[in-house]
Amino acid sequence: MSEITAKQVLVTPIFENNPIALQILGICSALAVTSSLQVTLVMCIALSLVTAFSSMSIAAIRKHIPSSIRIIVQMIIIASLVIVVDQILKAYAYSISKQLSVFVGLIITNCIVMGRAEAFAMKNPAGISFLDGIGNGLGYSVMLISVAVVRELFGAGKLFGIEIFSVVNDGGWYVPNGLLLLPPSAFFIIGLFIWALRSWKPTQVESKEYELAPQTTSMQEAH
Amino acid sequence: MSSNDSVQKTIKVALLLCLVCSIVVSGAAVLLKPVQQANKALDRKTNILAAAGIETKGQDIDALFHQFTPKVVDLDSGVYTTEINAETYDQRKAAKDPKLSDALSDDQDIASINRRERFATVYLLEKEGQLERVIIPVHGYGLWSTLYGFLALEGDANTVAGLGFYSHAETPGLGGEVDNPRWKAKWVGKQVLGQQGQVQIELVKSVDPNDPEAKHKVDALSGATLTSNGVENLLHFWLGEKGFGPYLANLRAGDV
Repeated sequence: MSEITAKQVLVTPIFENNPIALQILGICSALAVTSSLQVTLVMCIALSLVTAFSSMSIAAIRKHIPSSIRIIVQMIIIASLVIVVDQILKAYAYSISKQLSVFVGLIITNCIVMGRAEAFAMKNPAGISFLDGIGNGLGYSVMLISVAVVRELFGAGKLFGIEIFSVVNDGGWYVPNGLLLLPPSAFFIIGLFIWALRSWKPTQVESKEYELAPQTTSMQEAH
Repeated sequence: MSSNDSVQKTIKVALLLCLVCSIVVSGAAVLLKPVQQANKALDRKTNILAAAGIETKGQDIDALFHQFTPKVVDLDSGVYTTEINAETYDQRKAAKDPKLSDALSDDQDIASINRRERFATVYLLEKEGQLERVIIPVHGYGLWSTLYGFLALEGDANTVAGLGFYSHAETPGLGGEVDNPRWKAKWVGKQVLGQQGQVQIELVKSVDPNDPEAKHKVDALSGATLTSNGVENLLHFWLGEKGFGPYLANLRAGDV
């Protein structure tokens, strides 16, 4: 296996191999928690920490994990970490944990965490796996934060709950776009983000699965 | 690597891992529990103060809340009860407990809540022996969710001092505007009782200030008819016979 440097592991998931934009993983929470920037930020930190520490722990014991119960072992470690994070949030950021509600718990099923555990941590030492977790957390965060900025700014006229555009309901001029506050809007924003990213880095464009073969007979003959 | 796959090793790894993880998880839960409970209590108090229209930013919530006396009311008879400790009574849990709640018939259940608890906690603010505010918990179904909140009334148990919801899942930007401070401000000073003493509070399309009944009418939320109806229904329920009606009548008469 070629040597992987710490910098590569940390930086490539941000744009080159973004877990959401390229691998299309972890979409569910990207839709659910991005209507306010503050909540999004907490979710990103929580996910990055869970990915990093779970990858590290799994990598540390990877040589002792029996392959028959490999996935369950990964799940137990991830689930324990998620519960700990949830408990900490409830203790020190109660109002945010109320808004995140089930989505902290759903980090367990977030494909990014499982994906990194299975694809990277099972094959690499603990230190680099930790950085890989942080890197993928950053990739997730870049995506979520950009979605959240758009959604909160144009959907509610605010950023971090501080008014940027004064909204009509409060006697201002800005008519907020209500769609942006609903989960489906994140699909559009993620789609646009992927479009922008793939125009910038055309290597990320997937090869076509199916293409019409060129016409073999002329139209007149076919009739 | 193949030795990892023996039955013994598999069981050993599984057991050890479970043990370590359970210690971590239970350790976190036990250590953080006191902080979490304090948070929960603080959140509740903040909601009650917010409904009462008391500014809480940058102030000591506990000190502010200390002015209020919690009391448990027997909803059927409308008098205070000492059967239940106001400090520990969990009203939302009691509403689901068959021993502490009654099922509602369809015509009674205008707020779509299915069951109603027998006891409810109210919060009283008294100044120099005079009742200034009474805060009652209310809940009912809107469009997507049950809205939970508090209604604060002035000492006459008729004039609204504030209405606020602390838990709901209505559409953001439409029904979710129940949290908008500008809308909440419209409630202040409205009267919930009509001339014959019946519950009269309505959400209407737009309130005409010259209407003699304007004091019983509040602007509905635009684009959120069902949430507005839900709010109207839950107020009618909780101020009515099956809700706090008997208690508020006693309060007005000075019997409690």
